[in-house]
Amino acid sequence: METRHYLRSDMMPHLLCPGCGHGIVLQSLLRAIASLELDRDRVAVVAGIGCSSRLAGYVDFCSLHATHGRAPAFATGLKLARPELTVIVITGDGDGLAIGGNHLIHAARRNIGLFCLLFNNAIYGMTGGQVAPTTPLGRRGTTAPFGSVEPPFDACRLMTAAGATFVARGISYEPGPLQALCEAGLRHEGFAFLEVISDCPEFYGRYNRLGRGPEMIQAQKRHTATVGPLLARKAVLGPTALPEVPADLRTGVLHREVRPEFARVIRAGTGTGAP
Amino acid sequence: MGEVRLLLGNEACALGALAAGCRFYAGYPITPSSEIAETLAELLPAAGGIFVQMEDEIASLAACLGAALGGMKAMTATSGPGFSLMQEHIGFAAATEIPCVIVNVMRGGPSTGLPTAPAQGDVQQARWGTHGDHPIIVLAPASAREVFDQTVAAFAHAERFRTPVILLYDEVIAHLRERVDLPDRVPVVARPAPGPGPYRPYAAANGEVAPLAVFGAGHRFHVTGLAHDDRGFPAQDPAVVAAMHHRLQQKLLVHRDEIVRCETWLMDDAEIAVVAFGIVARAARAAVRQARRQGIRAGLFRPTTLWPFPDEEVRAAAARVHTFIVAEMNLGQVILEVERAARGAAAVVGCLRADGEPITPAEILETFAAVPSRR
Repeated sequence: METRHYLRSDMMPHLLCPGCGHGIVLQSLLRAIASLELDRDRVAVVAGIGCSSRLAGYVDFCSLHATHGRAPAFATGLKLARPELTVIVITGDGDGLAIGGNHLIHAARRNIGLFCLLFNNAIYGMTGGQVAPTTPLGRRGTTAPFGSVEPPFDACRLMTAAGATFVARGISYEPGPLQALCEAGLRHEGFAFLEVISDCPEFYGRYNRLGRGPEMIQAQKRHTATVGPLLARKAVLGPTALPEVPADLRTGVLHREVRPEFARVIRAGTGTGAP
Repeated sequence: MGEVRLLLGNEACALGALAAGCRFYAGYPITPSSEIAETLAELLPAAGGIFVQMEDEIASLAACLGAALGGMKAMTATSGPGFSLMQEHIGFAAATEIPCVIVNVMRGGPSTGLPTAPAQGDVQQARWGTHGDHPIIVLAPASAREVFDQTVAAFAHAERFRTPVILLYDEVIAHLRERVDLPDRVPVVARPAPGPGPYRPYAAANGEVAPLAVFGAGHRFHVTGLAHDDRGFPAQDPAVVAAMHHRLQQKLLVHRDEIVRCETWLMDDAEIAVVAFGIVARAARAAVRQARRQGIRAGLFRPTTLWPFPDEEVRAAAARVHTFIVAEMNLGQVILEVERAARGAAAVVGCLRADGEPITPAEILETFAAVPSRR
């Protein structure tokens, strides 16, 4: 599926490092947009600060490269003002879960109609490899030279608890299923959250001797397991049937519920959720 | 003449915003600004607008900027601690040239300070609180009616110059309940839309602004807080960055006569001028009246625009008076600007107070007594 026309050619070359998985994820997102035949004039991308957030500048939609961690708040205002737009939030693990954690949980709580794509590479890439709130215990970053001593967040459990009505996880190793998850998230009415495990060979891989890009994405495949009906071509197993796979390594659609979408609620003006 | 109402300053602000076409408010509760949010929470839905209470002040201004890009006139209101949190996004709005109105009802600081006693300690923060060189407009009303009018003016400036505009007033003005003769209609500035064809959101002659397109209305464009070229794309070329900075700086300076307003009273023959804004200006008026009764040729100089600072007006007054008394509820902020603008042509003395109590006419009169009658 052709997606090149969605890119701003005069913004090239991009700043992603060789081996970075973010381009695969962006390709999956663009294929999903093409597959759903979304009107590109009615797609807005709102991003924070970091490697993944820079992608907002490369896509030829209305794009807002906002401040560090605050993209969900900017996007909330935009969605309330223009509910007919498909508003996509691009964030990273540092952007979304550290400095912007508060905005992310409140966007989920409100169930505002955003599709939030969180690129999790377990490190601060743009600033040179500092530990993130997703860095696993014991893994190294420039600010944890002896290994991280902080337990990491499970972004999907956090978002589920906060009230997100669609929660999923994908890996950059699997662009096909990732596209399917993006399509499901884009179609969802309400706050849809998709965490994508991506790789940062330049910092996370190098500091932790995990190899280059190919080795790192192959490791995604070895360590994760798919759950849920969306990716049924793989083993369909409920979360409880995978005791050997930790919750934060399960992929697929992890949670779905139906609640009124916030922009509709607020525009109804009653505060009751009645349309 | 329109409706006559008894209004709090904060209620007048909410009504002014509605009259000016504000249809989006995002805020976070903080005393002494909360009546603005409460009033708009009640009135905006019926006006077809949106009220949303956000998780903090950072998010409040972010939501306003998102809504402004969606084509709405947007406002938030806060007080000291919340204003500190908003600084990041004031800079973002200034850099990306997104119109918005920010109300800061000043209470005593620093930090949590004095909730909820009046102060005027945020004058310099309103100008320089966010990092980097940037343009800003700051308006300072002194009555409930003037809060209404200046809220309307704030939206007009924000749209005209694509800039954040700060409405700065103290807790006394916020909570003063006064008769307000509401005007039948107010001048509403509509946002100019760009024409068809290629769109460059920052392509404008020096001192001017390009029209701001609305997200989703047909022009696809990029907005970033990074230094950018006239397409809005990130730029590091020193010539491009310098041009961006220069235009941002110039767009208010070139048009300062459209923005800067001062009220003067009994200044024609004045030898001593009291410079004051907000509630202190009303105490200053009483002090000037009493000084005149004592035979002192006193006058009042009241800037209603604090930034850009009325340098030229102060300089012109400095040629006539021998002394400025700057009365303000802080330990010396406007006085710095008066000294700078006067350039030594007149003496400048302060009547400063920062203990949570308003300055009284008697205190200002005492300052008169300390001023030598001739230079």
